Amino acid sequence: MCGHCACGEPPVPEAPPAAAGRPVSLEDSLLARNNHLAAHNREHFRAAGVRVVNVLSSPGSGKTALLERLAALAPPGLRLAALVGDLATDNDARRLREAGLPAVQITTGQACHLEAAMVHRGLEALAEAGHPLTAVDLLLIENVGNLVCPAAFDLGEDLRLVLLSVTEGEDKPLKYPALFHSADVVVISKSDLAEAVDFDRPLAHRNVEQVAPAARLLEVSARRGTGVDALLELLLPASARAAALPVG
Amino acid sequence: MHELSLMQTLGERVLSVAAAEGAEKVVAIRLRIGTLAGVDPDALRFAAEVVLADTLAANATLTIEEIPATWWCAPCGADFTTPPDARACPRCGALSARLLRGQDLSLVSVELVP
Ligand SMILES: Nc1nc2c(ncn2[C@@H]2O[C@H](COP(=O)(O)OP(=O)(O)O)[C@@H](O)[C@H]2O)c(=O)[nH]1
Ligand SMILES: [Mg+2]
Ligand SMILES: [Zn+2]
Ligand SMILES: [Zn+2]
Ligand SMILES: [Zn+2]
Repeated sequence: MCGHCACGEPPVPEAPPAAAGRPVSLEDSLLARNNHLAAHNREHFRAAGVRVVNVLSSPGSGKTALLERLAALAPPGLRLAALVGDLATDNDARRLREAGLPAVQITTGQACHLEAAMVHRGLEALAEAGHPLTAVDLLLIENVGNLVCPAAFDLGEDLRLVLLSVTEGEDKPLKYPALFHSADVVVISKSDLAEAVDFDRPLAHRNVEQVAPAARLLEVSARRGTGVDALLELLLPASARAAALPVG
Repeated sequence: MHELSLMQTLGERVLSVAAAEGAEKVVAIRLRIGTLAGVDPDALRFAAEVVLADTLAANATLTIEEIPATWWCAPCGADFTTPPDARACPRCGALSARLLRGQDLSLVSVELVP
């Protein structure tokens, strides 16, 4: 895997060399392999001093819209970039580039989740597009819209942000506890629609708190921009924001 | 669709092991999947047929062992096993936040000829 980037990381160990006998025992764990690569991504992120957020939700909960808004409202001088996992199209990456956010599509082909190896390849593509990690302060990774399998795949991120839109039902956290439990930040999205859909706010908050008691919870409307500043504060350490300001 | 991409990865792995071992055929593949891995065994079998067609492993028997989700209950100080969609401790009813086992997918072993 890391043959590509000359980062000195030894390749993932291959199976032990041929023993003569036939059953060949492998005990090759997909998650162990992914965790190894996620740890490796994390080293790249640390070395470059970039903050990385893995953004997860059902399809249509507003991940791309939120990223577009973050790009619009981020302090000038703060260098953002995005990796987007999508099944087939590069619509989302194009939307983000139009919003002024350097973005690379990670084509997952058949996959319904991002894996650390895909993110590693995405980093190379970002660098080729003129945005090496060292020139990025905040990297946003839009995962594939799915509340099941992305939960198990660490990408090397600093923070996991899980969206729950007011239109998709207050019980989602209870139905998909593994994903919500893994969240550092839960964003209730499309808050501008809350009244229109009779969103039961106390119930939703209770459900989130039950499954993800340690997560920070906030409400955001990408449409109106409400809550986006508070979210930026959560995503970025104060020092990074302060450092960004004078440049703009 | 999860299954197809996972099977592609597994298939590549199996075939590279077979090649490294100089085998003519792969006759058996043994997998272990957690019930929370988001993998449907039947879909995985189907994906295996597609992915392994016309390869050394085309006729391999696929054995899938399912590992139930196991959680840690802090109040009880003990673990418990649940169906995939539940995570309340059957003893005390507490909701566990710590999954011990059940999300992984492993390629356990292959059998090669000769
Ligand atoms: N009213 C409203 N609609 C939103 C908001 N955020 C996203 N949407 C709409 O929801 C739909 C899906 O949004 P998108 O960002 O593509 O979701 P993704 O699939 O999670 O990336 C689009 O039609 C958006 O315009 C919001 O804050 N308020
Ligand atoms: Mg999107
Ligand atoms: Zn690397
Ligand atoms: Zn998946
Ligand atoms: Zn208990």
